[in-house]
Amino acid sequence: MEEKKLTPKERLEIPPQRMREQTPKDRIGNVEEVPFGFTEEEARIEASRCLQCKTAPCVQGCPVAIDIPAFIKLICEGDFEGSAKKIKETNILPAICGRVCPQEEQCQKTCVVGKSRKSVDEAVQIGKLERFVADYQMKNCKPEAPHIKASTGKKVAIVGAGPAGLTVAADVRREGHDVTVFEALHKPGGVLIYGIPEFRLPKAIVEREVENLERMGVEVKYNMVIGKIFSIDELLDGDYDAVFVATGAGLPMFMRLEGENLNGVYSANEFLTRANLMKAYSFPETDTPIVKLRNVAVFGGGNVAMDSARTALRLGSENVYLVYRRSRAEMPARVEEVHHAEEEGVQFLLLQNPTRLIGDEKGWVKQVECIRMELGEPDDSGRRRPVPVENSEFTIDVDAVIVSIGNSSNPLIPDTTPDIETNRWGNIIADEVTMKTSKKGVFAGGDIVLGAATVILAMGQGRLAAIAINEYLSTGEW
Amino acid sequence: MNRILEKVSVTPEIFTMKIEASGIAKKRKAGQFIILRVSEKGERIPLTIADADAAEGWIELVVQIVGKTTKLLSLLEPGEEILDLVGPLGRPTHIEKVGTVVVVGGGVGIAPAHPIAQSMKAAGNQLISILGGRSKDLVIMEEKMRAASDRVMITTDDGSYGMKGLVTDALQKLIDEGLKIDLVVAVGPPVMMKFVSLLTKKYDIQTLVSLNTIMVDGTGMCGACRVTVAGKMKFVCVDGPEFDGHEVDYEEMMQRQCMYREQEKESMDRCQSE
Ligand code: FES
Repeated sequence: MEEKKLTPKERLEIPPQRMREQTPKDRIGNVEEVPFGFTEEEARIEASRCLQCKTAPCVQGCPVAIDIPAFIKLICEGDFEGSAKKIKETNILPAICGRVCPQEEQCQKTCVVGKSRKSVDEAVQIGKLERFVADYQMKNCKPEAPHIKASTGKKVAIVGAGPAGLTVAADVRREGHDVTVFEALHKPGGVLIYGIPEFRLPKAIVEREVENLERMGVEVKYNMVIGKIFSIDELLDGDYDAVFVATGAGLPMFMRLEGENLNGVYSANEFLTRANLMKAYSFPETDTPIVKLRNVAVFGGGNVAMDSARTALRLGSENVYLVYRRSRAEMPARVEEVHHAEEEGVQFLLLQNPTRLIGDEKGWVKQVECIRMELGEPDDSGRRRPVPVENSEFTIDVDAVIVSIGNSSNPLIPDTTPDIETNRWGNIIADEVTMKTSKKGVFAGGDIVLGAATVILAMGQGRLAAIAINEYLSTGEW
Repeated sequence: MNRILEKVSVTPEIFTMKIEASGIAKKRKAGQFIILRVSEKGERIPLTIADADAAEGWIELVVQIVGKTTKLLSLLEPGEEILDLVGPLGRPTHIEKVGTVVVVGGGVGIAPAHPIAQSMKAAGNQLISILGGRSKDLVIMEEKMRAASDRVMITTDDGSYGMKGLVTDALQKLIDEGLKIDLVVAVGPPVMMKFVSLLTKKYDIQTLVSLNTIMVDGTGMCGACRVTVAGKMKFVCVDGPEFDGHEVDYEEMMQRQCMYREQEKESMDRCQSE
């Protein structure tokens, strides 16, 4: 189709297209995705807002450096499949990234359109366009495996089928190396499957992306816990020429409060795993239970806390309180997620901090005691430090608590491979550019290196690692 | 994969199952466990490994039917496959020659006690086993335990076999005989482990207990398996399953094990009516 020639001024005047969504009332009654996605028409209008800047500040904001102006231009031209292919040159998981990346802090943050309209919210919605073309391709186009170079006879083992692991699998496989992914759980995707809820990222999408990898010849082995069934050394001494460690988040952190082991108290990891991976929202159709959740308190202010709170609503909770010790401005969660949570009825208890959990005679949590906080001087993170207001304690009645304050590191690989250096938190130390660890032939990336980060940062590390792995395998130089 | 080779029912509620799992059979050490799932909608449950043969490539589980998953597992026949089987998980028992070791197994806890007894004996320890059950038919794996022990004592609650009484009575008897015990390893129901630990604490005998808590992933990601040991939060699937018996908060652990009692019952009732 012909594209109308617009002047930059005209482009700047087109208002952002807003994605239609399920109403809050409807959506808390199901686990379906909240936004419906752009229509072709909406996508083309949104794409026409892009100024095609030569300097492309958006690309610099993208951890995997997608050629953003190019893929948007193809949307303007109506070549949606070509657009998806363009993205896939640098990002193998656009349907996922389009949904879960914090674009407002990355590509869209630096967008010139947003700058001139004086709001990030008015930037070209790159993420939503990415999602559109990826969904379009999945729905309308024949799946095709990207070109794979002739076999090199070299083998790479990838530990963990999460975002970092899957990215490396694709990039290394394309070079003609054999790739085996070892996954501890019974399904692939890592946090994409057990952590991020269905309503934010439909699991069918993750499964399809993994099928694509398998079509490329990547082998995924499930129920294999590396560090237990094989050590890293055994992988290297055996078939594999290089190993990429991407085991993801580790043990959940708790607040060291009295009562945290009472019945009804979950880590966000456990709560979300029960709900997402094990589909506890269909209990007793499915076998994995979750406790009754009439009144629930979630501790934390990040994306995982929002996911937990919104999942609780979908599991039938009447009151979901989100307790966060700072104010809204300091919340690490994406604005969009906070907004969705609020619309759906999550009650925000800001500038409040839990002090202890109170149980009943049978050992079930029944109340949370909190204290009010006020913001004091800025701390190391630059955010104003919350300080408790004396004698301001109060209690809320709950029958479940979800602690969502982050993860420490997983000990399984460091424990069994002492020559991989870790920092004082137990995260694997890897070179920032090559993702090489202290052990020859072993690379690492994602949350096991970053602590708790985002899907796209994990994928960004995966891309770097893949480049270095491919180079290592071709030169043999460490 | 995970093909069932043999199923033998021990009592109406307990059965043993041999499963083809050459990787796990090769790697597993005493004290470790597996997690399995029997259907697409199924839950993940941990079960300890009772025996294994690396050369033949099988592991053996001893399972008590306590809920839907164990019930469904009991309905599988030799030749069928278990959908998901992952392991070995947990840290192996620390095996060392310490002198005289008493291994106490209660009920199906005798199953995980078996490889521990075997390894402790192989390390040169004098090995005494105490096997306890409510009644005679619940004292399982007696032959295997005899083969792994220098001496075996048996107790039943109802006196239908061995000494009438509890495993702690047998342990007390050993202590009263003046035997110098260097280590007690107890595996069984939490109350049993608690009372064994209380007794050995009195005599200052080092005691290990092997915990079996609710788990989801079994790899140190979710925290479902957390327990308090010596006042600190520990995770059974990665820090355990064995801990210093004198330091475990048994009350809390028992409470946590009841967390899904209602739902488990609901699931089981539905399963039985189907
Ligand atoms: S079972 Fe999930 S951390 Fe132990």
